[in-house]
Amino acid sequence: MLKQFKIERVPAPRWSVIVIPIVAVLVTFLVSSILVILAGANPFAAFFNFIVTPLSSQVSALEVLVKATPLILTGIAVTFAFTAGYFNIGAEGQLYAGAVLATWVGFTFTSLPSIIIIPLMIAAGILGGVLWSLIPAILKIRLKVDEVVTTLLMNSVMLYIVSWLLNGPWRNPLSGWPQSPEISAAAHFATLFPKSRLHIGFLIAIAVVAIAYIVIKRTPLGLKMRAAGASLTGARFAGIDTTRTMLTAALVSGGIAGLAGAVEIGGIHFHLIDAISNGLGYTGIIVATLGSLNPIGAGVAAMFIGLISTGSQTVSRVLGVPVYLGDVVQNTLLLVTLAMFLLQNYRIKRVRWILLS
Amino acid sequence: MYAVEMLGITKRFGNVLANDNVHFCLEQGEIHALLGENGAGKTTLMRILYGLYKADAGEIFIDGKKVEITSPKQAIQAGIGMVTQHFTLVPTLTVAENIILGYHDKQTVSKTEIEAKVKAASEKYGIHVEPGALVRQLSVGERQRVEILKALYRNARILIMDEPTAVLVPQEVEVLFESLLRLVKSGLSVIFISHKLHEVMAVCDRITVLRDGHVTGTVSKAATTQQSLANMMVGRETFGVSRQSKRKTGKVIYTVKNLCACNSQGLPALNDCCFELHAGEILGVAGVSGNGQAELTQVLTGLVKPTKGSVKLDGTDLTNAEPHDITDAGVGRTPEDRHEGSIGTLTVAENLALEDLDKFIRHGMLDQSLIIENARKYIEEYQIKASPTDQLRKLSGGNMQKVILARALSRKPKVVIASQPTRGLDVGATEYVRNRLLAERDRGAGVLLVSEDLDEIIALSDRIAVIYEGCIKGIMPAAEATAEKLGMMMAGAC
Repeated sequence: MLKQFKIERVPAPRWSVIVIPIVAVLVTFLVSSILVILAGANPFAAFFNFIVTPLSSQVSALEVLVKATPLILTGIAVTFAFTAGYFNIGAEGQLYAGAVLATWVGFTFTSLPSIIIIPLMIAAGILGGVLWSLIPAILKIRLKVDEVVTTLLMNSVMLYIVSWLLNGPWRNPLSGWPQSPEISAAAHFATLFPKSRLHIGFLIAIAVVAIAYIVIKRTPLGLKMRAAGASLTGARFAGIDTTRTMLTAALVSGGIAGLAGAVEIGGIHFHLIDAISNGLGYTGIIVATLGSLNPIGAGVAAMFIGLISTGSQTVSRVLGVPVYLGDVVQNTLLLVTLAMFLLQNYRIKRVRWILLS
Repeated sequence: MYAVEMLGITKRFGNVLANDNVHFCLEQGEIHALLGENGAGKTTLMRILYGLYKADAGEIFIDGKKVEITSPKQAIQAGIGMVTQHFTLVPTLTVAENIILGYHDKQTVSKTEIEAKVKAASEKYGIHVEPGALVRQLSVGERQRVEILKALYRNARILIMDEPTAVLVPQEVEVLFESLLRLVKSGLSVIFISHKLHEVMAVCDRITVLRDGHVTGTVSKAATTQQSLANMMVGRETFGVSRQSKRKTGKVIYTVKNLCACNSQGLPALNDCCFELHAGEILGVAGVSGNGQAELTQVLTGLVKPTKGSVKLDGTDLTNAEPHDITDAGVGRTPEDRHEGSIGTLTVAENLALEDLDKFIRHGMLDQSLIIENARKYIEEYQIKASPTDQLRKLSGGNMQKVILARALSRKPKVVIASQPTRGLDVGATEYVRNRLLAERDRGAGVLLVSEDLDEIIALSDRIAVIYEGCIKGIMPAAEATAEKLGMMMAGAC
């Protein structure tokens, strides 16, 4: 008798959507333990610092939410586009585009009161993101140019524009540093708690999660997006204007990413520097994937990644391991999750094979 | 002594019993049909014989000797050859190279030598092939002859033919039958898998009927009729839909003029395609696969834009219309590929609502209860075995087709474009779909039925059009259409 294993394709059961991210986190910890040990630290201590320490004080727990805020927004931006089958890799560039316009509004209309200038900055941020996503979206629907390539390349273009602004017309006249003038004090987002950086941008992000959830699950646009994302020919056959649906999803996605830029300027930095993002747009892809393209899932995933990136600083300080360990954990998590999503469609079955003479 | 004896064969796939204690005996020198509807277990049984599957239970005897066949290689050694619907030839090699492939014990291949060998075999068995021709240049019928010769060249004494006529035009079927009859005279035994009754009656000596994995009987041709075979196959007397008598049809409602379009490779696929469709008739479009049927329905459903010509419905120009304009104008469509015309990851209810979304919007939001209620209505009306919130991809082919049909017909269209509406469906679902199309016709809709199943076209149509190389070669009343006449036109002979 010889035992054999057979791999079968089966549809994913419903519970897998919940279970997979949890299992993925556990596998990730197991895998990244190797690196922690190589760095000369105790993995249990490391993960304690990653997960538990940031939540043990109010200040650091709120800091987790501060870190999560832009990630929620970029995660929703990516979720929105991916749901419609538009693979927007350009949230990073769109975030900067939003930040540029929001900063400009913030330091130009200095006489306006908070109640006007903050909504104006938010609108400018959304507009910036929409405009920057317009070019690849139009190339996609008119000329069928692959959006993965164009949105990705547009990120670099945006970074150079920001660099030019900061080293040219916007260079801070007082310090000479490559940073823009400060936005007016009235344009600073209100904070939610004393002694914490947590600002109203977090509430905006939560509202965006709720709105995105309703739009995707409960509106005609959402159904059209889901249809187009699942099967372009099927959606076209059913009479859906897939071009328009995809364009809408692409622009809304860009707008949300631009909003993330405005929120970071108004809530955290108060001026534009070229390091405001450091990959928030790309991490948005991880957030959206971990959240299995569900807005609420993306919200939870963003907070988890916020937790790890807050924790990585503690881990580094307490155990003396490099701060980049946090990035490693994040990216391992993405790889493991992607692998698990692939695997959920298969089942390994043990079959008995009788050896014949 | 039997050439093949399969005793008590049982094979299970998960919870499905594909073969249930099947007894099957093939006599020397006979053509023995395995008859049954889709999923009856015919192909499974033959795959077991050919070593592609391992039976869970049962014994196989070849020429009276018990054998264990665990691979096709062993089957070939035991003298069994199999010709499937999907040919296993290398298109870029010649006929001779394909035939000796894997059955050549020398280190070098001499072109003249193998071509001479294949020519000799071709003459010996009376199967005409051109040894030096490239397979990719051959027609489907010629390729099938190469497959048969390949099996015989490997000294097959038992030949399994899995639905060999499915891909052939009527003339090629004739040639195939002649070859088979000649071969059995010289000692070959043939197992002929089919679900077409008239073919079975034309060429076979004995018939074994399978239903739901078990044998319902083995009969000799002389002792049976098509009706009784149909009865054994489906377990009831009514089989298919009876042929149309002459009916009165309405005025012309749908006009297609000089339609030209290109296929996905950008090559011309429709050339000046013209026809008119009347209210209250079914116009069947017959033709061999790949003669522009797919492009025709894609243009008429709005998925592909024509390069020339016009499409008019009741005076409304639909030539360059988008799919939603076409449905709004009163055209109901079932797609050639069920999976491409629907969205598997959405629910049954969502798929049913998709074509007419505006109906389900309240205050800018989707009215879920209305969508579910709508789905319940059609699930009941069309006897769909599913709940509204099931993902569509979990449904069987028949139920999926019913969902698509329900969606297409829910708006009482003036014109129905049905492309391969019963392909891959079992007999029950096929009959249901066909009766639905007849009901649409009776309601007064014009139905364009594009199908590669000639029996279906003949059974349902009031008039029959034949499409050949992207052009309608002729339209005739169904009463005047004989299989021969249609076959000639389908093969481009007139």
